[in-house]
Amino acid sequence: MGPRLADLYRFRVLVATLVLRELRARYRGSVLGFLWSFLNPLLLMLVYVLVFAVYLRMPMENYAVFLFTGLLPWLWFTSSLGHAAGAIVGSGALVKRVLFPAEILPVVCVLSNLANMLLSLPLLFLFLLAFGIRPGPWLAFLPVIIALQLLLTVGLALPLAALNVHLRDVEQILANGLVLLFFLSPILYPVSTVPVTLPVGEGVTIPLRPLYFLNPIAGLVQSYQNVLFFGREPHWIHLGMVTVAAAVALGGGYWIFDRLRDSLAEEV
Amino acid sequence: MPDRPAVSLRGVSKRFRLHRGRQISTVKDLFLRGGRVGLFTGEELWALRDVTLEIPRGRMVGVIGSNGSGKSTLLKLVGGILKPTSGAVDVAGRVSALIELGAGFHPEFTGRENIHVNGILLGLSRTEIRERFDDIVAFAGLAEFIDNPVKTYSSGMYMRLGFAIAVTVDPDILLIDEVLAVGDEAFQHKCVGRIQEFKANGKTIVFVSHDLGSIERLCDEAAWLHRGRVEAHGGAREVIDRYLYHVAREEAQALGVEHRAAEAAAAAGTARRWGSREIELTRVRLVDQAGEERYLYEAGEPCAIELAYRAHRPVEDPVFGVGVFRKDGVCCYGTNTAIDGLAFGKLEGEGRVAVHIHHLDLIDGEYLVDVAVHARDGHPYDYHSRLYAFAVRSRAKDTGVARLPHEWRLADGGGR
Repeated sequence: MGPRLADLYRFRVLVATLVLRELRARYRGSVLGFLWSFLNPLLLMLVYVLVFAVYLRMPMENYAVFLFTGLLPWLWFTSSLGHAAGAIVGSGALVKRVLFPAEILPVVCVLSNLANMLLSLPLLFLFLLAFGIRPGPWLAFLPVIIALQLLLTVGLALPLAALNVHLRDVEQILANGLVLLFFLSPILYPVSTVPVTLPVGEGVTIPLRPLYFLNPIAGLVQSYQNVLFFGREPHWIHLGMVTVAAAVALGGGYWIFDRLRDSLAEEV
Repeated sequence: MPDRPAVSLRGVSKRFRLHRGRQISTVKDLFLRGGRVGLFTGEELWALRDVTLEIPRGRMVGVIGSNGSGKSTLLKLVGGILKPTSGAVDVAGRVSALIELGAGFHPEFTGRENIHVNGILLGLSRTEIRERFDDIVAFAGLAEFIDNPVKTYSSGMYMRLGFAIAVTVDPDILLIDEVLAVGDEAFQHKCVGRIQEFKANGKTIVFVSHDLGSIERLCDEAAWLHRGRVEAHGGAREVIDRYLYHVAREEAQALGVEHRAAEAAAAAGTARRWGSREIELTRVRLVDQAGEERYLYEAGEPCAIELAYRAHRPVEDPVFGVGVFRKDGVCCYGTNTAIDGLAFGKLEGEGRVAVHIHHLDLIDGEYLVDVAVHARDGHPYDYHSRLYAFAVRSRAKDTGVARLPHEWRLADGGGR
């Protein structure tokens, strides 16, 4: 049963409706409302700046802006996966009683968090300008980077959401994994601080930098920093690896999801 | 294809895994078995077994059966929410399922916002929702509350809104699961009206309910599910009768089991039994006209309460008594051999005494029996208080304690 065009349209409207609801629901009933989507990353940035720039004296110019550049895509990634893992379990009533493709739920999580990031971008540009940083022509490449991250995140969100239905530990494992990944990505520190090789014994060295970029998030964050903060072209090899990772994640993720699809309404 | 049935199930079985104990197998296992089997091994439950059922276009079919017989699973399979473990489900047309109304409502959002989201979820387009919005609100009767968050709604209002949206979908096949039980009288009438409208428009309806009256009134045919199998399928009246007969038999069996338990309790000794036991009641039975032991009677049937006794020494002139009580303690009737002017003289050894009730003229309900043997001065030899139960079934819904033998006559006048 292939997806028909009419179905796709119908689900597009459904996705849009649910994303909108998600965004409106998030801040409903809070006094500051929408300001929270700025305040969250801002507060986080201030704490990190205090620790790393003031206490640890990170020797980097405009460190706060650099940090903010990496923090925004990271927050999109981490909150997307965090929400998506619980998306199907959390909507059990819906999955059990209404016939609709369940993959919509994790996709809605990723998209609503993307919307959040896009809304914070003006703040980032404001910072860049305030600190006298001109992103340059490579800024035009930003949509491509965002699109790659979208595909990668969706590819990871789909299987996580479905697996979590069977094995509730997934949410816990993920929460821990994301913390590790945060420190393994160049958000708090620039890539240049990661040694290219690491000597571990006599004549034995580990090619640390290439290994480091096996983490696709590292390549992604680096790309954001290159086009926004450093005003230079993306690291093409790293970005290529991100592309491969996104394709694999999306293909594999959808395959896993599809295999588990029929069991969702029963197990949730 | 005018002859193609709207819904057709062929050899459909559905198995669920019950996760008791939660033994974790490997993740590899999960994929090898395609996730359908689940990650855990445990007990299995066959909710449906080899169900073959065809529902012709434009018919309204009621599905009846006791709890856990597979009715809701059947609806979810037809609705496509669940996939059969084996067999094939064919559905021709757009399906709308009224199963657990209001699933997917967001409590923080207003009724208005939820209508939009829920409508799209159920497959309506934005234009369709805009066009039908006022109808939905009017049907649900929520005009003044439509801009309040649904978390402030009562559960009845919640269900009404859910029903109003679901019936707006204009399906070819409508699946209804026990939803008529929600809402007040007026709303139920509206729902029935809407269902009849669907029927008149030639839609196919599958209706799951425990309300046999509604099924008989509304449905053309009925299917009776019993432990996951179709026990009967045909005219609504006929299937309901067979089902009721079966229920009565099961109930009678259950009462029989209950009676055995009461006998065991009496033998083992209980606070409900006392007396000096010079003469003992060894067995108490209710028997019908044919002499068969039975604990479920139609109102007005003949019935006998039979007492077996054993006198351990000769007892002079014992009195046997029986009393029938309602479960709330009201005594319906009590009598004994002394009241009825009988004297058996000296009894020894074993024997049986029975009181034959010509017409068990009680109203529908459960009853308890007191039986006793005592001396003329009231000294109890053996008293069994409310140990034994029986039930009376009656289609007439008369009230009170007993049904007094009666008939109605037009005595005078009458417009002549």
